[in-house]
Amino acid sequence: MNLEKVIFAFFIVFAATLNFGFFIGDIDRPELHNIYELFAAIVVNMIATVLKFGDRTQIGAVLLSTSLVADLQLITAAVIWAIAVHINGTGMTPEVTSSVVSLSGGALLANIISVTMLVVETVMMRR
Amino acid sequence: MNSVFFLVLRRMRAPIIVLIVFYAIAVLGLTIVPGINADGTPAPAMSFFHAFYFISFTATTIGFGEIPRAFSDAQRLWATACIYMTVIAWSYSILTLLALLQDKAFQHTLVASRFARHVVRMHAPFFLVCGCGETGSLICRALDILGYDFVILDKDAQRVEELDLEDFKTNDPTLTADAGSAANLLMAGLCHPQCKGVLAVTNDDECNLAIAINTRLLNPDIPVLARARSRGVTASMASFGTHHIVNAYERFAEYLALAVASPERFRLIEILTGLPGTTLPQVHLPPHGRWIICGYGLFGQSIARYLALPGITLTVIDPEGEGPASGHTVRGIGTEVSVLEAAGIMEAHGIVAGSPNDINNLSIAMMAKKLNPDIFVVARQNQGANDVLFDTFRADFSMVHTRIVAQECISIITTPLLSRFLAAIRQTDESESHELAARLEAICKGQVPEVWSVQLDLRNAAAAHKALLNNWPLSAGQLLSDGARREANLPAIILMVERGSEIFLLPDAEFMLKAEDAVLLAGQHFVRSALNMTLRNANVLHYILTGEDRGGGQLWQLLFPRRR
Repeated sequence: MNLEKVIFAFFIVFAATLNFGFFIGDIDRPELHNIYELFAAIVVNMIATVLKFGDRTQIGAVLLSTSLVADLQLITAAVIWAIAVHINGTGMTPEVTSSVVSLSGGALLANIISVTMLVVETVMMRR
Repeated sequence: MNSVFFLVLRRMRAPIIVLIVFYAIAVLGLTIVPGINADGTPAPAMSFFHAFYFISFTATTIGFGEIPRAFSDAQRLWATACIYMTVIAWSYSILTLLALLQDKAFQHTLVASRFARHVVRMHAPFFLVCGCGETGSLICRALDILGYDFVILDKDAQRVEELDLEDFKTNDPTLTADAGSAANLLMAGLCHPQCKGVLAVTNDDECNLAIAINTRLLNPDIPVLARARSRGVTASMASFGTHHIVNAYERFAEYLALAVASPERFRLIEILTGLPGTTLPQVHLPPHGRWIICGYGLFGQSIARYLALPGITLTVIDPEGEGPASGHTVRGIGTEVSVLEAAGIMEAHGIVAGSPNDINNLSIAMMAKKLNPDIFVVARQNQGANDVLFDTFRADFSMVHTRIVAQECISIITTPLLSRFLAAIRQTDESESHELAARLEAICKGQVPEVWSVQLDLRNAAAAHKALLNNWPLSAGQLLSDGARREANLPAIILMVERGSEIFLLPDAEFMLKAEDAVLLAGQHFVRSALNMTLRNANVLHYILTGEDRGGGQLWQLLFPRRR
């Protein structure tokens, strides 16, 4: 068992599950999407991204790029939330909620790709 | 580039994760700890937006104060913790980055990748110089004067730093690396399409051998010049087809023998193969008769072999008592009066101070001069650092092996025609050599002339090539006319014209040139560019051929053809 691999897999799966947790529920109902969960998803995603730094293998490069996509989507979602709540003062209307949640849905897709590749890599390992 | 980038990212993983985690904890805490209103009533905690804003300016120690409103005591407590946490995280990141920049391995990667990029981007033909000690720097300086680019590999980091201080015209890439390894040679452009040759001139015979083998295997099309001292290495270099093996001892011994046998021819060779940009060497006239050789190492053996000419008797002084089977041998260093007298210093005509120790050589030379003021002294100088001593002593003939190797390399790589010319000149009379040497000396005013060759083809001499194909007669004399005043001649001599496998030595002014001829010239530095003008610019060539000045470029002449 390789500790580095454990930590790596942990963060990738954790990022995907947190993202899923935030995404699940009716898309336009703000009470079903907890902002703390979005925050946790962003933090864990960023850690997962940094863990992939400096990996020169092909699979490492693809993992890094999917992770960057997820970061980008989640941060955009957070910025939209901040604008709606603090700057425009519109609050979490169904339109705002659905755009935040759909962005996190995109991030979820990227995270699912990461997890799939992790599984594929593990399966392909001979030992 | 790539490897440096990945190295930085890899090393920065831990500090960045720490930074993210600490930020996350700090922001999360602020969104939980309750605040307080101005009137003292409890207020809800900060939102994520405000919390992130507060932590962002606090963590970077900008510190705008308590924004958006005055904090409650609980918030202040948490903010204190946040300040320490985030400052530690930032310091950790910055220190890691600084440590990385200081790291020797990282710096080497940085320098190597910059060097590799520089080499890849080279557009002009260049030479790969391996080893940049005294010989290497002499070669580089000469290449620089001749306008060639070069890439330098040297093992010694200090030498490489010193090279930065050399005032070369071009910014030539230099790397501290073992030139004997294939990876380093490849990085230095061994297989680069512009690489025109490899010079293996390190101090280490084995390393030179490794470079020669690498070059022969990895890029067999380019010439490799290798320096060798021992005969074993020379033989193994020759076995796999090294193009030129430069053995300074052999070469000097050959020169000395040539200077004894045919001084005029030697003088000519000396003028033509000198390092460009240096002053002409003085005339050497070593005598026939009795010679004493001090030191029977590799150098002494070469001298003994070449000096075995009719009319010369040899006596060898050697600390081990070794000597040629036929000759007379005395045991000693040669600095002692008794040994010199035993070797017959009083009747000797020449002495070679050829030990591997510079101070011993000087001492032998001075002692010999004192005992026999008329003796011809040949002194071997091993280290360039002793230049001052040897210049002050003024031996009749000095042997500096670094200079000999450099001269040989430069003349071989820059003008391949020259070796053919020198081979041909050996067949001719002494008086011809004398005449030519006198002409060259008159032209060059005390400086070593530049020797170069020009091929009269489309690429190197577009105008001349076109004129010759159109049957305009161009003679050797016209080629050397001044493009500004055709009555005047450029200070240069055409040494040889090569036409296919035929060669014409020293053609006269009426010699008619043909397209695709290769011309070997010697003259002052500026003649080279002046001649290029004649060969490439149709207007200048037209003026030289006909005497009329034809203005305008191709377009002008096309639009307004002059009526005849």
